[in-house]
Amino acid sequence: MSNVFKDGDDIHEYLASHEQKDMLRFLTCGSVDDGKSTLIGRLLHDAQSIFDDQLETLGSDSKKFGTQGGEIDFALLVDGLAAEREQGITIDVAYRFFSTDKRKFIVADTPGHEQYTRNMATGASTADVAIILIDARQGVLPQTRRHSFICSLLGIRHVVVAINKMDIVDFSEAKFRAIEEDYREFAKQLDFESITCMPLSALKGDNILTKSSNTPWYDGAALLPWLETVDVTRKDERPFRMPVQWVNRPNLDFRGFAGTVVSGRVEPGDEVVILPSGKRTKVKAIVARDGDLAFADKNRAVTLTLEDEVDASRGDVIAAATAPAEQAGQLQAKIIWMDDEEMLPGRQYILKSNNKMIPAQITDLKHRIDVNTLEHLSGKTLKLNEIGECNLSLTQRLVFDPYTENRSMGSFILIDRLTNSTVGVGMIDYALRRSKNVHWQALEVNKESRQKILGQKSCMLWFTGLSGSGKSTVANLVEKRLHDLGRLTYVMDGDNVRHGLNRDLGFTDADRVENIRRVGEAGKLMVDAGVITLVSFISPFETERQSVRERMDDGEFIEVFISTPLEVAEQRDVKGLYAKARKGEIKNFTGIDSPYEEPTNPEITVDTSEVAAEKAAEMIVEYLDQKGYLG
Amino acid sequence: MTTAETLLKRAERLSETSGLSLTTISRKLLNDGKGLARIKNGGGMTEKTLQQATERLDALEVAGTPRAEGLLSPETMTHLDRLEAEAIHIMREVVAEVENPVMLYSIGKDSAVMLHLALKAFYPSKPPFPLLHVDTTYKFRQMIEFRDALPERLGVELRVWKNEDGIKQGVNPFTHGSAVHTDIMKTQALKQALSHYKFDAAFGGARRDEEKSRAKERIFSFRTADHRWDPKNQRPELWNIYNTRTAPGESTRVFPISNWTELDVWQYIARENIDMVPLYFAGVRPVVERDGTLIMVDDDRMPLHPGEKPMEKMVRFRTLGCYPLTGAVESSADTLPKIIEEMLLSRSSERQGRVIDHDQSASMEKKKQEGYF
Repeated sequence: MSNVFKDGDDIHEYLASHEQKDMLRFLTCGSVDDGKSTLIGRLLHDAQSIFDDQLETLGSDSKKFGTQGGEIDFALLVDGLAAEREQGITIDVAYRFFSTDKRKFIVADTPGHEQYTRNMATGASTADVAIILIDARQGVLPQTRRHSFICSLLGIRHVVVAINKMDIVDFSEAKFRAIEEDYREFAKQLDFESITCMPLSALKGDNILTKSSNTPWYDGAALLPWLETVDVTRKDERPFRMPVQWVNRPNLDFRGFAGTVVSGRVEPGDEVVILPSGKRTKVKAIVARDGDLAFADKNRAVTLTLEDEVDASRGDVIAAATAPAEQAGQLQAKIIWMDDEEMLPGRQYILKSNNKMIPAQITDLKHRIDVNTLEHLSGKTLKLNEIGECNLSLTQRLVFDPYTENRSMGSFILIDRLTNSTVGVGMIDYALRRSKNVHWQALEVNKESRQKILGQKSCMLWFTGLSGSGKSTVANLVEKRLHDLGRLTYVMDGDNVRHGLNRDLGFTDADRVENIRRVGEAGKLMVDAGVITLVSFISPFETERQSVRERMDDGEFIEVFISTPLEVAEQRDVKGLYAKARKGEIKNFTGIDSPYEEPTNPEITVDTSEVAAEKAAEMIVEYLDQKGYLG
Repeated sequence: MTTAETLLKRAERLSETSGLSLTTISRKLLNDGKGLARIKNGGGMTEKTLQQATERLDALEVAGTPRAEGLLSPETMTHLDRLEAEAIHIMREVVAEVENPVMLYSIGKDSAVMLHLALKAFYPSKPPFPLLHVDTTYKFRQMIEFRDALPERLGVELRVWKNEDGIKQGVNPFTHGSAVHTDIMKTQALKQALSHYKFDAAFGGARRDEEKSRAKERIFSFRTADHRWDPKNQRPELWNIYNTRTAPGESTRVFPISNWTELDVWQYIARENIDMVPLYFAGVRPVVERDGTLIMVDDDRMPLHPGEKPMEKMVRFRTLGCYPLTGAVESSADTLPKIIEEMLLSRSSERQGRVIDHDQSASMEKKKQEGYF
């Protein structure tokens, strides 16, 4: 199992394989004296991650402070603080590192004393997997349950229940089974995906690296092989989120948004929304010192530039436009209290989320949770290491996702304003209804309100006429003029619609009818969006044009008849289509072997054989202005 | 096996592990897409070309996951990618929330990695904080040269602080011993500098795998107004939400590469091609042996004991500090892969070369409580 590099090995091969490893973070927890530190010392020792000089120090420390009668005391390897070694207890979480030929590991060795629960939670918050130790002589203790509950609450989904010190109980299967049953009964109320119980002796090394001959009745894996292979990847189809940490402005020409992708994936061209403002834009580039990135996945720290000059700053979240995060000023959350001074409902604390600090108060403790029974208890306050469900009221809206859906978007810490201590941590359940309602009312926008923002009255300019009559030329000029005037416009013509929306349609009469119906519907949505929409289609049949007109509100449909005669259009034959039609190479060509029905009452008529296209465009813009479409 | 055959075998293995085609690797090594194929068919090449190709292959292999040119983004993040992202996140958080941050810069390899991470974190801006070097006046000369070239080379702001009181009193490691020298010229000097410039957060390159008390330290580690660390009362630190708040006068030490191991640091240096002080690489240097430790005679301030004569030895340094207090190791490792190989084989933790924390196992914790970084 060891990935120790030995003399004669090929360094290049070793490095190549080492680089490809992934990383697993786990913690050890459980009650005092269940052997957590010993277990880690054992893993480090057996994985040969202890250097010679460390072994030397360990030897002398074991004689001085050891609890193993002068034998090497592995616990002393991880208990790094002087106070810990003297008292023989673990006060704070220690991080240790080792690797095997399959994986790299970061281990958080956490304290068992109830008094230091907050340090255990610190270690658990970044772990993928938990090893919960139980002393085989003691069975499931209150601390076992407390730590299990905190692991579950913090979102750890896979746990090993390491029933340790099996050597002292003569590797009794009955003892093991009884504890296993007891634990599984309790854990039914928790949110673990998998629970694996193992009979261990960390001190003697049973079932650590390989299966022990002392437990022939145990048919599961040994600990290290399990850690090497456990699959902790979550099906991560959650949408893209990047809290903006810092705005990067080296000069006036560059504006980048720096942050860590906390879920999903982003690529240049992706449509995103800035929260809370709701402004939409696209990702222009993912800028990096070694060259722009093609994409960025979860956990990568990136700098994004955006297509538009939108306002975004620290505290905002850039999210997938298709699935924005929620926003609320009133939340329900589970809180673990971590300060000696008890929680005070009504007092203002500073809530810090991933990238934002907001003054907030706990308006109401709904209930405390008994960590032993998981029962809900009534109460007014939370004391050190107590857990409760609370309502919070924030002075600003917070952009979030529920913690169970997104750890980074649903977590926060509470800071005392005076002492600056971290006094509590929270996991958001959901927004309280009050704030959701406000949210919905704010979203009630319609065509009128959109038009108001845009400062224009949306309408549909319907250009009809023979092929080559100059419809698109005029329409494009009109759009350009309107754009110069600062109006929001869009041109739909055969080229951009026939290649996409209507690419399944041909040129039979039935298809021409359907073609116009769809264009009419799509154009109507554009008008509803507040856009001055220019439609440029031959649209030879009066009935179809009429039916589009009827679906629009009064004054929204403006028919522009480009009346250029057939002879002129055919003479221009820009696309060479008339020639082909005359030769019979194109069937159903309007004006040749398919009829064109002239409009009876068009709002505007233009003959481009008599009026230059520029002049025609000017006339049309003037018409819009006079009729009040341009605001 | 001939050198050419070895090269070919290694290139083929790299192709398998990295997914790069042999043609691409060939182009990288020999500036010729068909070069490797020609070797395979028995073609020869000059010794010099072969040597150059081998060196380039060294670099490619250490980099592990060679990246496609132009658009980068490996499909999945390796542990180095994750460690890099974590460090960048931490640095940005400090810059966004703290008024007057500084990066402690010791000129060593961990500092080199930190500086590189800062350049990446804020690109295209320059790191929006100065580097601070606490100069004990007994650093290796090559370290000082390397340091002084930084501002021009990378466009970063550098501040150097010396304890002028200590200099006046003539404090030096030879007559005052390592403990007094380190305390006055390093610990006290650092406190002076932080107070003088009113820095409220200082980045340090400490790693949790270095030493037991560091294994216990938070990434954001709080210091009282007199720079003390209270190990028994650290702030909870959950997820990657960091409490950066301090009262006036108090400050934070921030350790962005807390979760890196020594091997991670070296591999990252190789992958990112980070410039290092030459002292890390083996070279012939004048040394004397004292109490089993090889000390380099870097200048004439070092008094020689009677009968002591500097010997020219092939040595390098695993860690860099004050030259009279930093032990050299005999070594022929003059490339990154060789250094990594030697480190893996030595089985002796890196701080052993430092004289300062040899005496007692809790000495680092004590120093930290007293304000040593």
